[in-house]
Amino acid sequence: MKQSQKNVSIAAWNAEQHLNQVVKDMPPSGIRKFFDLVSEMKGAISLGVGEPDFVTPWHVREACIYSLESGITHYTSNKGMPELREVISETVRCEQGLTYDPIEQILITTGVSEAVDLAFRATLNPGDEVIVPEPCYVAYTPDILLTGGVARTVPTRLEDEFRLQPEDVAAAVNDKTRALLLSYPNNPTGAIMTRSDLEDLADVVVENDLLVISDEVYAKLTYSGSHVSFAQLEGMQERTVILNGLSKSHAMTGWRVGYVLGDAALVGAMTKVHQYTMLSAPTMAQVAALEAMQKGEVEMLQMKHEYNLRRRMFVSGLNRIGLDCFEPRGAFYAFPSVKAWGLSSEEFAERLLKEQKVAVVPGSVFGPSGEGFLRCSYATSRGELIEALDRIEIFLSSL
Amino acid sequence: MNEILEILSENAKATSSEIAALLGKPEADVAKEIRELEDAGIIRKYITLINWEKLDQSFVFAVLELKVALQRKTGYDAVAERIANFSEVESVRLISGDHDLSVTVRGKSMKDIAYFVAEKIAPLEGVQSTCTHFILRSYKEHGVILTEKQRPQRLVITP
Repeated sequence: MKQSQKNVSIAAWNAEQHLNQVVKDMPPSGIRKFFDLVSEMKGAISLGVGEPDFVTPWHVREACIYSLESGITHYTSNKGMPELREVISETVRCEQGLTYDPIEQILITTGVSEAVDLAFRATLNPGDEVIVPEPCYVAYTPDILLTGGVARTVPTRLEDEFRLQPEDVAAAVNDKTRALLLSYPNNPTGAIMTRSDLEDLADVVVENDLLVISDEVYAKLTYSGSHVSFAQLEGMQERTVILNGLSKSHAMTGWRVGYVLGDAALVGAMTKVHQYTMLSAPTMAQVAALEAMQKGEVEMLQMKHEYNLRRRMFVSGLNRIGLDCFEPRGAFYAFPSVKAWGLSSEEFAERLLKEQKVAVVPGSVFGPSGEGFLRCSYATSRGELIEALDRIEIFLSSL
Repeated sequence: MNEILEILSENAKATSSEIAALLGKPEADVAKEIRELEDAGIIRKYITLINWEKLDQSFVFAVLELKVALQRKTGYDAVAERIANFSEVESVRLISGDHDLSVTVRGKSMKDIAYFVAEKIAPLEGVQSTCTHFILRSYKEHGVILTEKQRPQRLVITP
């Protein structure tokens, strides 16, 4: 017998009711408005791009093309291609003196973004807190919230050149604090932490038994001395998870290749989440990453050299035209202050865009302590940087 | 490599003030160093790379491979310098392999170049043979890809 349809009233479908509350409450990205404005504008110069302006070096692209011709299109092991993990292990050993077993302690991820998410998901229980220094990259807090954790933000300040201060960390710690996030060289400020800056933090980390999650994707772009990881401090390697990738150093943003280095138990836990969500990072991108890590040093250093030239020119230019800017020693961002000009960073950025067609990102997008500053990316051609400085100077003279 | 030379080799139009800003040095120091490089003959000329193929009135280029008899005292230099003096000649290089000199010649037409080789180069004392290769298309010059299509675009703003 045919089943008769039950007599229920059918309410209009409302997708909103079916959304996860955390996702629903998540505010839209602060850059959306600027993105839409710039997209419609002709002749705008964008200093708002958080990725290299270089195309991935040809030999890397060529290696990937060849791998596709050869039919290397299958899954890799969950943790990633063994050869890639081995070359990462060897590179980190030579450059930073850190030993990671390529079998147990290295995981290849789909970009550092995935690695950040995995680190929080594998370590946090609902209600656990993570200390997040601000201003910072926009993904950390939402990723923590999605795990049911709490992001305890800590401001960094211009007078400290945006380096994280141990007393601020100590003041933010409570009995729910599980981890400290570090993100140096920093997006958006360009700040770095020297070895002695990190050593100052080590006491409070150990005292409170914190895990350190260290996003070091800009590590190669350090312009004074070489990058030091928190894991390089004596006795700190076990409690540090390093997240890194090739996006910024090798101009490989679109490939989405990142990696995790850490204690075997932690990497194992992150691998569990990774295998049920991502399975493995894209194979063709891993092949390209292998080529870049093995043979890409010359181009990587050339790109870094070019950023450094632009950095000097752009930062001195900002100071010359009246936007005070401390010397950023890493990444490819300058973070000038607009406080002297009587506008909020968002007002400044919006008017600069509308009146002189230069797009920058208001510092407030990266947290309240970014208010009063602008993030300007110098991963933009020299000519455009010079033109942008001219336009900003005209804008300032109109205020 | 000298950082000033590196910048100028990429962009001959870079001014000393621009170079000073890129290197974080005083402009006067940079200007002085450039003068010294010019005086020492290290910087020889500031040239412009032109994609002639985009113009209607184009030139014809050829690469000549020459076999040259080695001379007792002057080696290859005497004949190479004689060839270099012709205004039609863009470059003269001593090369390894089957031939001795590689010469780039610019002319208005293939006929121009053919006459030049027949009348001026081939009869030179010491030149034993010539082989002329006309350049049909140039894909890359001085590290610049001339056939490059529009650069791929980035998103206008990313975090």
